[in-house]
Amino acid sequence: MAYLFNTPDDVRSMLEVIGAESIDELFEQVPDHLQVDGLLDLPAGLSEPELEAHLRELAAANHGSSSRVCLMGGGVYDHFIPAAVDEVASRGEFYTAYTPYQAEASQGSLQTFFEFQTLVCQLTGMDVSNASLYEGGTAVSEAVFMAMRVTKRHNRVVVLGSLHPEFQQILETYLGHLSCQLDVIATPDGAADVDIVADSLDEETACLVIQHPNVFGALEELEPLCRAAHEVGALAVVSFDPLSLGLLKTPAACGADIAVAEGQSLGIPAQYGGPFLGILACRHDHVRQMPGRLIGQTVDRHGQRCFVLNLQAREQHIRREKATSNICTNQGLLAVRATVYLSLLGRQGLVDVAELCCRKAHYAAERLGELPGFELMFSRPFFKEFTLRHQGDATDVINRAAAAGFDLGPALGRFPRLRESLGEAADQTLLVAVTEQRTRDEIDRLVESLAATPTDSATPETLTKPA
Amino acid sequence: MDPATLKFSTSHEWLHLDGETATVGITDFAVAALTDLVYVELPEVGRTLDAGEVFGEVESVKAVSDLYAPVAGEVTEVNMGLPDDLDALGEDPFGRGWMIRLAVTDISAADALLDETAYRNHCQSAGH
Repeated sequence: MAYLFNTPDDVRSMLEVIGAESIDELFEQVPDHLQVDGLLDLPAGLSEPELEAHLRELAAANHGSSSRVCLMGGGVYDHFIPAAVDEVASRGEFYTAYTPYQAEASQGSLQTFFEFQTLVCQLTGMDVSNASLYEGGTAVSEAVFMAMRVTKRHNRVVVLGSLHPEFQQILETYLGHLSCQLDVIATPDGAADVDIVADSLDEETACLVIQHPNVFGALEELEPLCRAAHEVGALAVVSFDPLSLGLLKTPAACGADIAVAEGQSLGIPAQYGGPFLGILACRHDHVRQMPGRLIGQTVDRHGQRCFVLNLQAREQHIRREKATSNICTNQGLLAVRATVYLSLLGRQGLVDVAELCCRKAHYAAERLGELPGFELMFSRPFFKEFTLRHQGDATDVINRAAAAGFDLGPALGRFPRLRESLGEAADQTLLVAVTEQRTRDEIDRLVESLAATPTDSATPETLTKPA
Repeated sequence: MDPATLKFSTSHEWLHLDGETATVGITDFAVAALTDLVYVELPEVGRTLDAGEVFGEVESVKAVSDLYAPVAGEVTEVNMGLPDDLDALGEDPFGRGWMIRLAVTDISAADALLDETAYRNHCQSAGH
């Protein structure tokens, strides 16, 4: 396909074929007030050197995580990315976002995705992983649909209020036009009360969705929650943090039927909030209800190892409207990054990263929680992220830290879906995440900058608000 | 079972009526058309089916086909061994390859189905 502009001759001959006088005629059905009158208000074109200079100027306004100290949480984290990840992923052979359309002709890609699936299974303890989905939020929704198909229960889904609010929002959107009721169980203590959750489940419930560690950073009582789901014949859908599995029990060992994750932590930069990587793995029993691509290993007619797309009859190009999902591809490029990252890390590397995150986060939580006016919102165990409460407005804290070069947050008050769980503290809470990249010195400096009275370091607008 | 004693649907299911109990499967023609079978999904006992309702599906290496109930009724028995013995469908589609038994709601509904000759003609004329 040539990406060339149409010449006036091209336009004329196409118009002739369809019997139209002009291009404007093709847009007659669009009401006048919606059509642009005249030219767009754009600046004049630039020469290449001018354009380069302009872009350099714009780029200089960015603050990357390398020029600041990032302690932001909420689903995207500043983990270290070895240079080999970029090197391998940027090879021409891999540099595509998708499963190749002639999949079997691209054995190298299929082998990489097969290895990705193997790594995800080793990580989660689950039997089968697909070749990836778009990102963590869609993975949750796809897992919910999968649970509805497996249980043949299409009327009710229960999620914990500690599920990432954006994941909740995506699920609401997907379920919006179905007759399925979505019930959210508030988690005022920072994690679910197992008895309350168990009471809310019934024989109509397709699945219980649990995030662990949850959006507040806290660990859920995963095993009893999964058991509660199973007691009513529902599936347990667990959204996990891949790196947390260096320390925590696997979703499979805790009883998860479907394990999903946002894979950004695995060698993918924060890159303006995406593209990211969806992970979905399940028990073997449910493989036919899985969404997405599945790569299998087999032998060709010469008896040599080769890779194929497996169980394609689940997919849209064969099953049409009855396909398990409209996703007929995978997040190829980012799955490659995760595969390289996990391969470089290895089993012990994963444990080391998880321990570093966990210890540093606990050091930071201890120091920040001691500051006057600050406390930890919840007393639950956590992994690398925690909810900090400030007696004033959380956004003031974020602004003060930002002025000192530290990025914290997000403020949880911005998520309406979390208000029921946070109550009156909603506007006083923010997330702090500490990855293996942070140093003790950085954490100490953050604490010092927040310990200083607001008037010492505040920018003018924060002075107008109570601290 | 002797195909001559069976009734057939145009969607290639066969039905054998014994009193008010119907045994249902798919025909040798359907099995041959699907080629290599890899999977069959059957309903649970106790499910009530309308005539023409999908009661399961059969999957081959390149296609998936729905299975349609030839008449209305309640599923009283399912060939539980079939999913692990797909060869039965190729070797003995009218016997070992049976899929479900139904307590038929209205046995006269079976009259509307095809007999073997009419079914074979249907297969030919459908241009398969």
